[in-house]
Amino acid sequence: MTCKPLIPVRAGFLPLVDAALLIVAYEKGLAREEGIDLHLSRETSWANIRDRLSVGHFDVAHMLAPLPIAANLGLSPLDVPFIAPMALGLGGNAVTVSTRLWTALAASGASSDGDPLRVGSALGAVISARRDRGERPLTFAVVQSFSGHHYELRYWLAACGIDPDRDIAITVVPPPLMVAALKSGRIDGYCVGEPWNTAAVQDGSGRIVTTKSSIWRSSPEKVLGVTKEWAEANPGTLAGLLRALHRASLWCDDKNNAAELAAILAGPSYLDLPEALLLPAITNEIALGDSAPRRIDDFLIFAGKAATFPWQSHALWFYSQMVRWGQVTPSAERILAARLSYRPDLYRHALSGLGVAMPGASSKIEGALSERTHLPASRGQLVLGPDGFFDGVIFDPDRIEDYIAAAGIHAALHKN
Amino acid sequence: MTGSELSILIIDENRVRAAIIEEGLREAGHARIAIISEMSGLVRRIEDAAPDVIVIDLENPNRDMLEDLFRVSRAVRKPVAMFVDKSDTAMIAAAIAAGVSAYVVDGLRKERVKAILDLAIGRFHAFERIREELETAKQELSDRKVVDRAKGILMKMKRISEEEAYSLLRQTAMSQNMRIAKIAEGVIATSKIFGSESK
Repeated sequence: MTCKPLIPVRAGFLPLVDAALLIVAYEKGLAREEGIDLHLSRETSWANIRDRLSVGHFDVAHMLAPLPIAANLGLSPLDVPFIAPMALGLGGNAVTVSTRLWTALAASGASSDGDPLRVGSALGAVISARRDRGERPLTFAVVQSFSGHHYELRYWLAACGIDPDRDIAITVVPPPLMVAALKSGRIDGYCVGEPWNTAAVQDGSGRIVTTKSSIWRSSPEKVLGVTKEWAEANPGTLAGLLRALHRASLWCDDKNNAAELAAILAGPSYLDLPEALLLPAITNEIALGDSAPRRIDDFLIFAGKAATFPWQSHALWFYSQMVRWGQVTPSAERILAARLSYRPDLYRHALSGLGVAMPGASSKIEGALSERTHLPASRGQLVLGPDGFFDGVIFDPDRIEDYIAAAGIHAALHKN
Repeated sequence: MTGSELSILIIDENRVRAAIIEEGLREAGHARIAIISEMSGLVRRIEDAAPDVIVIDLENPNRDMLEDLFRVSRAVRKPVAMFVDKSDTAMIAAAIAAGVSAYVVDGLRKERVKAILDLAIGRFHAFERIREELETAKQELSDRKVVDRAKGILMKMKRISEEEAYSLLRQTAMSQNMRIAKIAEGVIATSKIFGSESK
């Protein structure tokens, strides 16, 4: 045992299942093994996470994957550069609608298996019918403008011929208030991380109609956010933390630990919710409605398939969506800033001694793998995929302009 | 120019704290102040208030919604900046440490808004002090109740006077270097085990 004093690291998180890596790194003593005294602070908004990280109240944070990019593109109120040296998993979100809307969707041919295309077609029909009857547009909620939830909801709708700016209204509601907003009829549906989809299902007020993993399989969701300044001043501590989080990801991924993980996350200083609400995401056994839970492969991936690798192609896809939806005007400099927001170099460096199969590239063509694929890696074999978008479109990070131009908002589909 | 033309909106579910901030702003000559303590229908109420400056506590989970509202809404005049001046990092850090955030519409003179934010920060701290004092007072009150009960038990068990019972508690606390309320709690717990507290 060494007597070296532990280095304190303060981490902010929002009470969601995908904060698991940070929580487990503390609870299972993995941070301590790396000489880190991890202090976890539960927060109430992504704005607080961003602000407290910016002013140095936090050293690191559980963060929406597009947030560091938004900050570096000047879309955030404070001009503090952020980086993402690690992802905190893949997937984990779903789209939930009110039971009332579900009844209408089912009558219009929505399938009950979470197929985004069939649900999307039914939603298009319901929207048209509502418009013909002179009813107000449906309102969907997301948790933040710069979030995977927001972009995957829009992507899904647009690919189904629904213009997310014209045909529906999109609003922001904090995750813990989603179910109440759905119940009150203030919103008709939402895209959020777990456990807030399962919460509506168990409560009987909503139904999961599709999942992030069905819209874009193996897609990015949360990252470890760090200020560039802190990362540069504390390279050794950051590397130690990344190793601890890597071990935490392996622990969380082990299904034998599912019950214990649920019990830890359920604790009063973390999610403070019943374990039954947390287990579906952890086990990937999700009840979409009142029927029995079904296995949804890759619903939430903690480790495996390079789930914690900060792919620069993920950062660039988020950038492409910011441009697509008018949040930022495109430029070569912004492409570069978005790409450099994710730092696979730091990830590789930190995990180099652990024998982890590491991708050779920092970017990949997203949506290109239709099945599990073994790839050569720096060490052993790396298994990736399937990673397809449900509409079959491929994102080549070297051809962003073409991708954005081709995507449009798919309004042409809708006009006739 | 006086501050009285600025419309200031305070969003805070804690009505006491909101009132404390409002009082401070009124004292400083601001007359157009609105408070929202109830979060339902927030959007419409913000639109109605048409604020130049919004002060919101950091505990409010609706901050993400608020920022989105500024970004997309046509009805709300867009506060372009959080705080007055992105470069004033000391001010921003002080505000966040105090637990308050502010959003400001474009085109306001820095000094005017800075004064409002300074005041809000001061009032947040003042509220925190009041809350701490209240906590201490509550603690003292509950300590006194515990000590009174322990005294009663001792008086009955040892057939001693109230004064003697108190002095016994105090001496024990001093010799064990503990708070007297802690010793009193021990007496109560013990008496429960031995069933000597009949009342």
